[in-house]
Amino acid sequence: MSKAGLVLLDCWVSPFCMRVKIALNEKGLQYEARPEDLFGGKSDLLLNSNPIYKKVPVFLHDGKPLCESSIIVAYIDETWSSPPLLPSCSYARAQARFWADYIDKKVVFDACGNIWRSKGEVPVEAKTEFIEILKQLEGALGDKEYFNGDTFGFVDIVAIPLTCWFFALEKIGGFSVAAECPKFSSWMKRCLQRESVAKVMPDPEKVYEFVLMFRKMQGID
Amino acid sequence: MEGGVVLLDFWPSMFGMRVRIALAEKEIKYEYIEQDLRNKSDLLLQMNPVHKKIPVLVHNGKPICESLVQVQYIDEVWKNQAPLLPADPYKRATARFWADFVDKKMYDSGSRVWKTKGEEQEAAKKEFIGNLKLLEGELGDNLYFGGDGFGYVDVALVPFYCWFYAYEQCGNFSIEAECPKLIAWAKRCMQKESVAKSLADPEKVYGFLLQLKKAYGIE
Repeated sequence: MSKAGLVLLDCWVSPFCMRVKIALNEKGLQYEARPEDLFGGKSDLLLNSNPIYKKVPVFLHDGKPLCESSIIVAYIDETWSSPPLLPSCSYARAQARFWADYIDKKVVFDACGNIWRSKGEVPVEAKTEFIEILKQLEGALGDKEYFNGDTFGFVDIVAIPLTCWFFALEKIGGFSVAAECPKFSSWMKRCLQRESVAKVMPDPEKVYEFVLMFRKMQGID
Repeated sequence: MEGGVVLLDFWPSMFGMRVRIALAEKEIKYEYIEQDLRNKSDLLLQMNPVHKKIPVLVHNGKPICESLVQVQYIDEVWKNQAPLLPADPYKRATARFWADFVDKKMYDSGSRVWKTKGEEQEAAKKEFIGNLKLLEGELGDNLYFGGDGFGYVDVALVPFYCWFYAYEQCGNFSIEAECPKLIAWAKRCMQKESVAKSLADPEKVYGFLLQLKKAYGIE
């Protein structure tokens, strides 16, 4: 399949875009990533392909647009079956979808936002809530290597991109994920050893610089 | 609790209704256990420790939570009857997108209609109708969101129909006047036994909402 068949409207710092890139890498697929300037002006292609939300990622397969990162990852898994990202057993699939939904729900996104969007000192409740969410995920992980079991899969793909923002959260919030959630931290390191992930995840220091710049823009700093 | 299918639910919940419809479409026998949300049962807390919410679907003693996850599970396990998701991956992704849109937009914008007054309520009504018009756009001239056949997005959205009367009363507006195509679609769905049996009576829902408003201290 030529690269032209698979296009991703992208933004380097977006964890949602990273999910799609990791999934494509896992499947060994070639694709073209087109960076969108989210501040300067969104492309016509983006606005036409995602008229409802006007957001990245948008994945175009032979020109047909798909939106919403978890839905795109599921589509990639169903269209290119090897290696499978979702388990084959229906109950395990339901559990995977449950945890992906948990991670996607506002509670996780907002929990991160409550820390990096804080003006002045980050409230203790914001940090506590964030750590509790990670502990909940640690519970789901249990003693397994990955959320699926032995193999890297759907929930890992949905979760790991958010972690490149953790350094920024730690600096702003004054806490340490490794200290509070060592199991989660080990899982993070394990995922980062995979080429499909390492190729795609930006340097957390660069993400931190971006967050600081964004805070200044929003008048938070 | 072994074997069989159990649904922990609350009668006016749109999310519970989705699961009731899916189970009815597949003609699955199940035990319905009404939950008291002001006094949550040990069973509910045990089966959904993460969110502590209904609906919870229990199959062979194992819980599944989140209504759209449950509907997909039901569709996969009982795959030989009344398929809800299309077979084609692109159409499936489109169906998931619109069900997700319903999840992201309908409950919150509907809630804002009955929780607010004055200018805030006018803005809420506008947003609510705006979301319905987007859904109307997606429906187009099809009989159902699934095309010719009733499907996943229909299941995700139609339960909100039994709340429309309550929203209209609280907001003093007519949804049919603004979105006639959508109401025609809803009425078409209501002709299906699985839907008619699963949706709550709109008058009862309105009565429930009035109680809820009192509890929230909203006039």
